[in-house]
Amino acid sequence: MENVAVRVQNLGKRYRIGEREPYRTLRDAIARAATAPFRRTSHRRVGDSGYPPIPSDGGHIWALRNVSLEIEEGEAVGIIGPNGAGKTTLLKVLSRITEPTEGVAEIHGRVGSLLEVGTGFHQELTGRENIYLNGAILGMRKTEIDRKFDEIVDFAEIRDFLDTPVKRYSDGMRVRLGFAIAAHLEPEILLVDEVLAVGDASFQRKCLGKMGEVTGEGRTIMFVSHDMAAVQNLCGRAYALNHGRVFASGEVNDVISSYLESVSRPHAISIADRVDRRGTGKMRITGFSISGSTNSHDTARCGAPTKFVIAFEGTPPLRNVEINMLFYNQFGTCVLTTGSDFVGRTFDEIPERGSFVGRFDRFPLMPGIYQVRLACVVNGLVADDVKDAVTLQVVEGDYYGSGKLPPKGFGAVAAPHDWEVI
Amino acid sequence: MAAQVVSPEVTVIRPTKGWASLRLRELWAYRELILFLVWRDVKVRYKQTVLGAAWAVIQPLVMALVLTVISALAAQPTGDAPRFLVYYTAMLPWNLFAKGLTEGSNSLVANQRMITKIYFPRLVLPISPVLAGLVDFAIGLAVLVGFLAYYGIWPTVAVVSLPLFILVAILSAMGIAFWFSAIDVRYRDVRYAVPLLTQIWFLATVFVPLSSVPESFQWLYSLNPMVGVVEGFRWALLGDTWSLDPIVWLSMAIVVVIFVGGLFYFRRAERVFADMV
Repeated sequence: MENVAVRVQNLGKRYRIGEREPYRTLRDAIARAATAPFRRTSHRRVGDSGYPPIPSDGGHIWALRNVSLEIEEGEAVGIIGPNGAGKTTLLKVLSRITEPTEGVAEIHGRVGSLLEVGTGFHQELTGRENIYLNGAILGMRKTEIDRKFDEIVDFAEIRDFLDTPVKRYSDGMRVRLGFAIAAHLEPEILLVDEVLAVGDASFQRKCLGKMGEVTGEGRTIMFVSHDMAAVQNLCGRAYALNHGRVFASGEVNDVISSYLESVSRPHAISIADRVDRRGTGKMRITGFSISGSTNSHDTARCGAPTKFVIAFEGTPPLRNVEINMLFYNQFGTCVLTTGSDFVGRTFDEIPERGSFVGRFDRFPLMPGIYQVRLACVVNGLVADDVKDAVTLQVVEGDYYGSGKLPPKGFGAVAAPHDWEVI
Repeated sequence: MAAQVVSPEVTVIRPTKGWASLRLRELWAYRELILFLVWRDVKVRYKQTVLGAAWAVIQPLVMALVLTVISALAAQPTGDAPRFLVYYTAMLPWNLFAKGLTEGSNSLVANQRMITKIYFPRLVLPISPVLAGLVDFAIGLAVLVGFLAYYGIWPTVAVVSLPLFILVAILSAMGIAFWFSAIDVRYRDVRYAVPLLTQIWFLATVFVPLSSVPESFQWLYSLNPMVGVVEGFRWALLGDTWSLDPIVWLSMAIVVVIFVGGLFYFRRAERVFADMV
C-alpha cells in the first residue's frame, strides 16, 4: 500500500494483574518487598519491556498480542469485539496514551483520539470556557477554536447555555458539547472509541453523519463500537479482536458475521440445559430443529419450504397455550415475530412431552445470521422464554422463483408480492 | 482549510526503555494548553468565595503578622529591616512555592481522566499549577510595594535581580512537583507527606533567617533549595537593610539539580502513568 495512514506490526501490551488497583501506598510496597524473597517468582514492573514473553505468565495479562494491521489513508475501519478484547487498549496505544510492551506502530499524520467525550471539562466553567479548555486539551490552537467556535456551538445545540456553568448541564448536553468539540478537531486520523453509546438516538445519528463527512473528506477513521449497525454504516473494512488478538479482518459484513458467530457459540449448550430463561415454568422448551431443504440443524434457506420443530415438556392439564418464535438480526433488532396466536391457533390438548411444529411455505428471511428467541405462553402468562435459543444461519435461495434476491444490506425479509401496470 | 499542507509527519510508537528524551519541542508546541490550564486554575480558584482574590493578600499578610509577633516574643534577631517586612517579603515567594508544589504534586492524580483518555505531554500537568500561582504572587507583590513605601524603604539596584529569584522559586516548585507527582501516581502517600513537609520546611526557611543561623551550620542550612530564594527576595526588596550571603548560591545550585533531575525522572516514570494512575 502506498498511502498507509496506520501500520501496526506485532503490537503487544501487557498489564500486570491487579495493576489497576485504585490505591497503592508505600506500605504495600514495603510489605511486598519484605515478602518477596519468600515468593517463588517475582514479576518485574510493566513497562520494563524487552524481556521474552512468558507463556501462561501468571502475574500478567496480555491485553493485546501480535496485533498487526494496516489502514490506508481515507479509509474507515471498524474495530469490533467483546468487552475486554483489547479494543480500547489498541486505541490507547495508537493515540500514545500508553506505551506498547512490544511491537511497532507507525502513524502518518496528525492523530485525534476520542476515547471519551468531554474529558477535562471543568464543572465550574461555562460552556464557552470549556470549549476553549477542551479544545486545547485535544490539541487545538486558540485561533483554530476561534474559527470553529460557531460551528461547534451550533452542532452541540447549546447556544442558549453558552454562559452557564457546565455543572448545570444535563448529561446529554455535556455529551453533545464534548462530541462537537472533538468532531471539529480535523485530524488526519481520527480514533474513536465507544463514545456514541451515550447520547440520544438522534444525536448519535448526527455524530455518525459527521464522521461519515470526515471520511468523505479523505480523512482516516478507526472506529471502535459495539453498535454493529454503526460500524456497518460507517466502515468499509473491520478487524475483530478477541483476547487481545485479531481473529478476523476484511470486508465489514464478513467480519461482523464471523464475530457474531464466534460470540454465539457459547450458547451451543442445549436449550433444555439453559438456565438463563424466564417464565412460570409450567412448560419448558427443550429442543429445536429445522427440517427443510438443508440438512443442517441450524441452517435454513431463503424461500425454501421449512419446518421448525420445537420440543417441550409440560405438566398437564394446560389450556390456552401459544408458541412464539422471534428472529433477531445481527444488530439485535427483531426482524420477524411469528406466533401461533397470530395465525389463530391456541392449543388446549397438550401432552406431557411433545413438539410444536411451525411451517413456512417459503422461508422469508434474507441470508444472514439470526438469533432465534422461543417463548411459550400459557393462559396469558409467559411459561418459558429463552433468548438466543438458537443461532440460525439463513443461506441464499430462490424466494421469488426468479433466481433473484436483493443484495446484502437491502432488507431483512422477503414478502410475496406482485407488480403490474394499469 | 484548502491551503492546509498535508504534513508528512510520521509518528513511530514502540516500547521505550530507560531514560527518555525530554521532548521539550513538543512541550513547547503545547504551550497554549499550559496557558489554558493556568487560566482554568486562576478562574476557578476563587469561585464561590465571598472575598475572592482578597485571599491572595490575606493569606501572606496574616501569616506574616503571626510570624512577626512570635519572632518578637522570641527576640529572634532579624537585622535592621522592620520585622514585619522581613516576614511578609519571605511569604510571597514561599506561597508561590508551597502552593505550586502542593498542587503540582497532586496534579497527575487530580487529572487522571485526562491522563487515561488523552495524549499530551504529561509535564504540562505539574507545570501549570505552579505558573497559576503567579497571579496570587503578583497581587501580593503589589501590596508589598505599598508597605515598602509606608516604611520608607527604597530598593537598591539589587531589585533588578528579583526576576531571577522568582524564576528560581518557580523552578524549585516545579522541580519538586515533578518528583512528587510522578511518585504520587504509584504511591498515594505523597498527598499526606506533602502538607507535613511544607509546614516543617516553612519554619526552617521563612521563620529563621539565614543570618540567625550559627555560621558553621549555614552551609547545611543552605542545602534547602528555598533558602536562596527567600534570602534573595529580602535582599532584592528590602534595600540596604539586608545583605546577601554568597552561600545562597549553593541553595540555588541545588534547585537546578532538583529541577533537571525531576524532569528526567518524570519523563522516565511517565510511561506507566496511564496504566497506574
